[in-house]
Amino acid sequence: MESSNTIIIKGLYKRFPVGKGEFTALSDINLNFAQGEFTGLIGPSGSGKTTLLNILGSLDVPSAGEALVLGNSIGMLSAREAANLRKVSLGFIFQSYNLLAVHTVYENVEFPLLLLKLSATERHKMVMDALEWVGLTDKIKSKPPQLSGGQCQRVAIARAMVKKPSLVLADEPTANLDAANSHHILKTMETLNRELKTTFVFATHDDKVISYLRRKVFLLDGRIDKDEIIHPNS
Amino acid sequence: MKLALKLAYRNLMGAGLRTWLNVIVLSFSFVIIIWLKGVMTGWDHQAKTDMTNWEIGGGQYWQSNYDPYDPFTITDSHAPIPDELKKQEETGEIVPMLLLQGTIFPEGRMMPVTIRGVSPTQSFLHLPASKLDTGDGTISAIIGAQMAKHSHLKEGDYVTLRWRDANGTFDATDVLISSVFSTNVPSVDLGQIYIPLSTLQEFALLPDEATIITLKNAEESATDYPGWVYKSKKDLTRQVDEMIKTKSAGQTVIYAILLLLAMLAIFDTQVLSIFRRQKEIGTYVALGYTKQQVVGLFTVEGSMHALLAALLSAAYGMPFLAWQAKVGWTMPIDASEFGMAIAQTLYPVYSFGLVVSTVLIITITTAIVSYLPSRKIAKMNPTDALRGKLQ
Repeated sequence: MESSNTIIIKGLYKRFPVGKGEFTALSDINLNFAQGEFTGLIGPSGSGKTTLLNILGSLDVPSAGEALVLGNSIGMLSAREAANLRKVSLGFIFQSYNLLAVHTVYENVEFPLLLLKLSATERHKMVMDALEWVGLTDKIKSKPPQLSGGQCQRVAIARAMVKKPSLVLADEPTANLDAANSHHILKTMETLNRELKTTFVFATHDDKVISYLRRKVFLLDGRIDKDEIIHPNS
Repeated sequence: MKLALKLAYRNLMGAGLRTWLNVIVLSFSFVIIIWLKGVMTGWDHQAKTDMTNWEIGGGQYWQSNYDPYDPFTITDSHAPIPDELKKQEETGEIVPMLLLQGTIFPEGRMMPVTIRGVSPTQSFLHLPASKLDTGDGTISAIIGAQMAKHSHLKEGDYVTLRWRDANGTFDATDVLISSVFSTNVPSVDLGQIYIPLSTLQEFALLPDEATIITLKNAEESATDYPGWVYKSKKDLTRQVDEMIKTKSAGQTVIYAILLLLAMLAIFDTQVLSIFRRQKEIGTYVALGYTKQQVVGLFTVEGSMHALLAALLSAAYGMPFLAWQAKVGWTMPIDASEFGMAIAQTLYPVYSFGLVVSTVLIITITTAIVSYLPSRKIAKMNPTDALRGKLQ
């Protein structure tokens, strides 16, 4: 069964040094996420959801236990292997978009494909497809400062999705958006999840996001408080 | 590397004014360093050319006692011109010169001089020696412009000239200043008065004798004549080389200051970039860059300032440098007071090697200065960088 899982987490701990002591951000986390899930890590600030998302994104490593992402044990990867995993298989969506301000919309979305060394023709097709998914084909020459918050987040989604990654990690993607834009963004991601079978893992405490999730993992003080699967007919 | 260059170019263009300010400062360094070095090279060329034309020709024979830096040697620095060389005098291949210590009395004041006897028929030195031949029996003399200035003499003036002959007897006569010439070579001008060689030989009771014999063409191998020492052109211009080397060393301080200013701007920009662009750095890492690749990107970005500066320098620097090479640079103060072979207007000379070495030095220095602050990225925690948390 485990082989079909995109993410397998076993007895994961994450501790940070604080002064002379340690702060335990995550404690005994055990979770499996299957391919195509649309899942949220839900909890208040400081509950450990971003820390867990960072570990799943190979931006951080566990202090103990294991996190297997697409068959890669995060704690065992070298810097180059971790970078390669992010480059090929992961997509990130951030609360503050993290777009490259001096690049155009097109260049921002093209960036992950440049790292994959695809040809210009392939890149162009894939960028235009991604921008079509998020409805921004008319903004290819604009730069992020010329866009609204909602448009910026749609660019960020296009950038995360353009290489059709197996897993997208979204950290508070709607935190800076109004309700209308939030729903638009979430619907876009839901559609992409359904059509491309991409696994989405959110870190959020936004009710709007929570309402779209098909699985909710509640975190409290670094521990799993509740793991709730929403059945389609519920 | 191609990707880093592409991204670095996009980032630099996107940074707009900040990039162009650095590029402009750096391009000034390019142009000024090349120009200053060109002026030094031009001076070197000019000094050697002027010395060759006015004084040393293709090389000289010095009477073995002669030491230009020791006036006490002049009295005994004379010897008959070797017979082999005498033949060349007739064909204009050599210029013998007799040197004698003397005194002139302009406006009743006493002024020590070196009297130089030179043949009015000599043609390869730029000295206007033909002016020594008045044709009416008047003893004429020529002096340089600086000498004229210091002695308050001008063309057409008579001045009393006193000397001591080979027997130690003082004698004097009035000479006519038949010409005042202008030269950049101070040793030809300051404290020198030229009269016909035969006249001086007669005055000094030293018939057919000379102190210096200047050759028109350089000799491949020096012939030894008893009592004479051969000085090649290289020996005679060594002092100029050393002086220019000293001046160049002094100018290195100027280059260093210019480079330092430009590098400070690049370093500052890099440090500021790394602090201001932490989120961007985190994003690069999240999208699949290793931290080392981000360091590489920032280093390329910083180094690219030098590349853009080189292009900008080419755009405005090339016409400027070419124009300077044509019209030269006229020194704002009187160059004749410097006491060295320097023209009032210097014409810079630029070599391919000079341009390439300057571009290389600046590019390599820029790359190092760009790399140093970029190393900090390698120590950054990407999760903190993504949040733009100051590290």
